[in-house]
Amino acid sequence: MTQQTARGIEDLLRQLVPQVLGALVRRYDNFDLSEDAVQEALLAAALQWPEEGIPDNPRGWLITVAARRLADELRSAQARRRREERAAAQVPSDEQVEQAPDAEHLVPEEDDTLTLFFLCAHPALSAASQLALTLRAVGGLNTGEIARAFLVPEATIAQRISRAKKSIKASGIPFNLPPEAERADRLKVVLHVLYLIFNEGYTASSGPDLQRSELTSEAIRLTREIRRLLPEHGEVAGLLALMLLTDARRGARTHADGGLVQLAEQDRGLWNRSYIKEGLALVTDSLATMPLGPYQLQAAIAAVHDEAARAEDTDWPQILVLYELLERISPNPMITLNRAVAVAMVHGPEAGLELLRTLDDDDRISGHHRLDAVRAHLLEIAGDHAAARASYRTAARRTTSLPEQRYLEARAARLKQDSQ
Amino acid sequence: MKYVALVYSNPGAFEALSQTERDEMMSEADAYLQEFTESGELLSGGVALADPSTGKTVRVRNGLPAVTDGPFAEAKEQLAGYYVLDTESLERATEIVVHDPAARFWAVEVRPIMDVAGAEM
Repeated sequence: MTQQTARGIEDLLRQLVPQVLGALVRRYDNFDLSEDAVQEALLAAALQWPEEGIPDNPRGWLITVAARRLADELRSAQARRRREERAAAQVPSDEQVEQAPDAEHLVPEEDDTLTLFFLCAHPALSAASQLALTLRAVGGLNTGEIARAFLVPEATIAQRISRAKKSIKASGIPFNLPPEAERADRLKVVLHVLYLIFNEGYTASSGPDLQRSELTSEAIRLTREIRRLLPEHGEVAGLLALMLLTDARRGARTHADGGLVQLAEQDRGLWNRSYIKEGLALVTDSLATMPLGPYQLQAAIAAVHDEAARAEDTDWPQILVLYELLERISPNPMITLNRAVAVAMVHGPEAGLELLRTLDDDDRISGHHRLDAVRAHLLEIAGDHAAARASYRTAARRTTSLPEQRYLEARAARLKQDSQ
Repeated sequence: MKYVALVYSNPGAFEALSQTERDEMMSEADAYLQEFTESGELLSGGVALADPSTGKTVRVRNGLPAVTDGPFAEAKEQLAGYYVLDTESLERATEIVVHDPAARFWAVEVRPIMDVAGAEM
């Protein structure tokens, strides 16, 4: 079997997962067991298909196998119960046990993928559980793959998934789209889960962490799925554009040794042109035709960066306008921090530093290493190398990321050399 | 974010407890570990360290290793064990550790583990 076929089978399986799971949940009204059964069917397919070839109706095949597993599981659960209740005279006959029906009867008419997204990102679940469950139930990743991506033991992911399923069962959440009135808020959670999955992978894109970077491709794939189902939603388009325009820089954002390369110093020839093209088209179209939201604005900012052939060609006045808009619709100190960079690039470092001072008393960000890092950067531009050095050092001490620490220490050391 | 919870104990403090108090603390500790393992926030069941006097301290100076016994009990509090938490925030990690009986008897330090990944600046 070629690598390509293996890859093709994996892609096909991943694509079919939500439809297969949706069909089973509709039929058996048991999300927990259906989800386990689908994982088993995926495993069976991954073992059999490369040897025996892809069946004519892969979706029907998966549904049949998963339904059979589920029926077996229900049967043995019933047998267990029967043994436990052997005192009772009435033993249920085999006819009462669920038989696995043909796939024909199970193949759904509608696509349940969106319903699954909403269920996995249910607000009753913890964020960690939402992420794990989305990746497994909609993404078709297995527990081991998710664990490796998040650098935690497999048992921990299994706990998070089983806890999530218990919460779903306990709260009796129906397998339907949320009511119209709640849908907008619930979609925000779904998009946030995908955004978190993306970020988890994006911050780890080199060296020993390559496996984690698969999370970015998975987040992009799942966001494409949502976009297929909700093509008119501006924030869905915005999130997809943001992911593409950010991930486009992957190849340039780290050195071979894993060290970070800041945006201004990246080799733009290494950027992924097709992602940029697709992201630009998405953001242009959504800004023109759909209601504005924070993902679209962040995507628009990423687009302005990606459009500049050289760092010095960056249209900072436009970035500044976009940050002002973003801060107005979703005010938070991280955005103010980024706006300070834009202010500095347009009106000079002093203006940026002045804006930073307004953040010193904000508990949400004072003491955060990024505040010190941005201050250091602006002080460096302003020519105050001693103060810049001190701020880089503070930032290096405060960050909890090794590559960031190495980067910040290197900046501080460089200034020391310059001033000697 | 991942955090390590470092449990510090006063040498001799455990011995000073009555058998009932010790049993109580142990079963409380088991329940604590189980609860947060099941929530998917406590990553490993935790590691308990043998008495410091059973270990060695290694120092290499000018290329020469010096291996000494101990440390012995001159320190007021000594590392007695650790476990790893994976939570959304330091606040949440601290909230969990409040339930560790070791925090009631001694002290538990919660420290972020350095991430091998980072964001571009």
